[in-house]
Amino acid sequence: MSSTEFIQQLINGLSLGAFYALIALGYTMVYGVLRFINFAHGDVFMIGAFCGYYLSPRLLPHFTGWLTPLGPVTVLILTMLICALLGITIEKLAYRPLRSRPKLTVLITAIGVSLFLEYGGQFVFGADPKSFPELMPDRALEGTGALTITTTQLAAFIVTVILLVALTLIVKRTRLGMAMRALSNNPTAAALMGINVDTVISFTFGLGSALAGAAGILFALSYPSIDPLMGLLPGIKAFVAAVLGGIGSIPGAAIGGIILGVVETFVGASAFSTYRDAIAFSLLIVILLVRPAGIFGRVQPEKV
Amino acid sequence: MLELKDLAVNYGSINALHDVSLTVAKGGIVTLIGANGAGKSTTLRTVSGLLKTRHGSIRYEGEEISHLPAHRIVQRGISQVPEGRMIFANLTVRENLLMGAYLRKDRNKLGHDFDSVFEIFPRLKERAKQVAGTLSGGEQQMLAISRALMSKPRCLMLDEPSLGIAPILVKTIFQKIVEINRSLGITILLVEQNANLALEVSHYGYVLETGRIILHDKCDALRANEKVKSAYLGGH
Repeated sequence: MSSTEFIQQLINGLSLGAFYALIALGYTMVYGVLRFINFAHGDVFMIGAFCGYYLSPRLLPHFTGWLTPLGPVTVLILTMLICALLGITIEKLAYRPLRSRPKLTVLITAIGVSLFLEYGGQFVFGADPKSFPELMPDRALEGTGALTITTTQLAAFIVTVILLVALTLIVKRTRLGMAMRALSNNPTAAALMGINVDTVISFTFGLGSALAGAAGILFALSYPSIDPLMGLLPGIKAFVAAVLGGIGSIPGAAIGGIILGVVETFVGASAFSTYRDAIAFSLLIVILLVRPAGIFGRVQPEKV
Repeated sequence: MLELKDLAVNYGSINALHDVSLTVAKGGIVTLIGANGAGKSTTLRTVSGLLKTRHGSIRYEGEEISHLPAHRIVQRGISQVPEGRMIFANLTVRENLLMGAYLRKDRNKLGHDFDSVFEIFPRLKERAKQVAGTLSGGEQQMLAISRALMSKPRCLMLDEPSLGIAPILVKTIFQKIVEINRSLGITILLVEQNANLALEVSHYGYVLETGRIILHDKCDALRANEKVKSAYLGGH
């Protein structure tokens, strides 16, 4: 592999990794506050892509002239809002009533919600793939020599960085963000501080789902064929990324996503390209054997 | 100020408390002593809204609070320093204190309150930027008490503040508890296994045995009581 080719694959890997990172953050934040894996999370990502699909033709024609760049931004923001509401609703209706039940009950319910969204999606949107509209002109940037970097790749990269910075600020600096960290650290103590645990959990679901929605749009820009089952594989891979980084750790989810994206892209470019999808799961098995807590995770002794 | 009447609580399928009645007068220090598993922590957890009552009432400043969720109890002015301290280990000392002030509306006065808890526990000031998990047991207890004070409670409940702390520091912690009661005028309900120490600093005491109050009196009287002496004060 030449050095140009290496850098090219690295760029492709980073942009794929950014999607995984955005989805993985939702898994890890929800795990942080509730200690359970929300398996319906990948389907919120799918709903995000469909929001973009239905919103774009209705909104974009209104943004003309110098307003044109605001069109895709509006689609993105509205999609994030809709997905946030969806996430909050799922938690309220499906998970909250089961909060005091064994975790396994909630886990199975999450799988049920996932199936509901997938097959409900097939019923509402139709099962066949749809082609995602062009939110912005997709062309290769000039002046990058032998490397190909497209405008969508660049836009996805910029949006991801903005979202990651915003998330970090929310979690580190705001009152609710601090409450989220406190809750994930010690739920009883958090309640004793006067934190309304329900509000913080809703907030966490909203935040994670908004990021998944954004990932849905960015993903569909690069891979413009969308269908109701599209959330399945990226969802499970992002889960692997979250475990890789250390489930419950926010920087861990971001780094885990990037690592997975890069590794997958390099395998895809090698002679073993047919094993591309298998790599995520091999990685999962290796982490669970070697370092079950993940890169940033800490081993928490189970209290008895 | 705080009045528990015929309180019964289940812990899982076990009856943890049977008809517990106790009164905490405004401005005083009341202690609840008893062996491990007698139901002392259960009592505090129930007042804080972490456990549901089976029957009975909890009245605070004349109002029934037994149906309120935990965050509403804090809002009313009852704060708890839980057993085992439960500090937020991966937050800094300063962030822990900010969490204590989570419900405060007068956020412009927080600077002043930081100063006043640092005055009580100067060691915390030196460690303000340190991650709380790296503090020693005694320092964590100081932090847990300070964190509870940041909500400006009128009633402070402490669950086993001497647990897991170096003996020299235990004395200091108890002096601080008395100081908090005297100089800040905060009413205190103290749960302790170390009955000697608890009866020394408190005004009134209750003895809990397997979920029932078996005895209550002024602390001086309890310390002279033969039964208390033999069962809780080392039998001398």
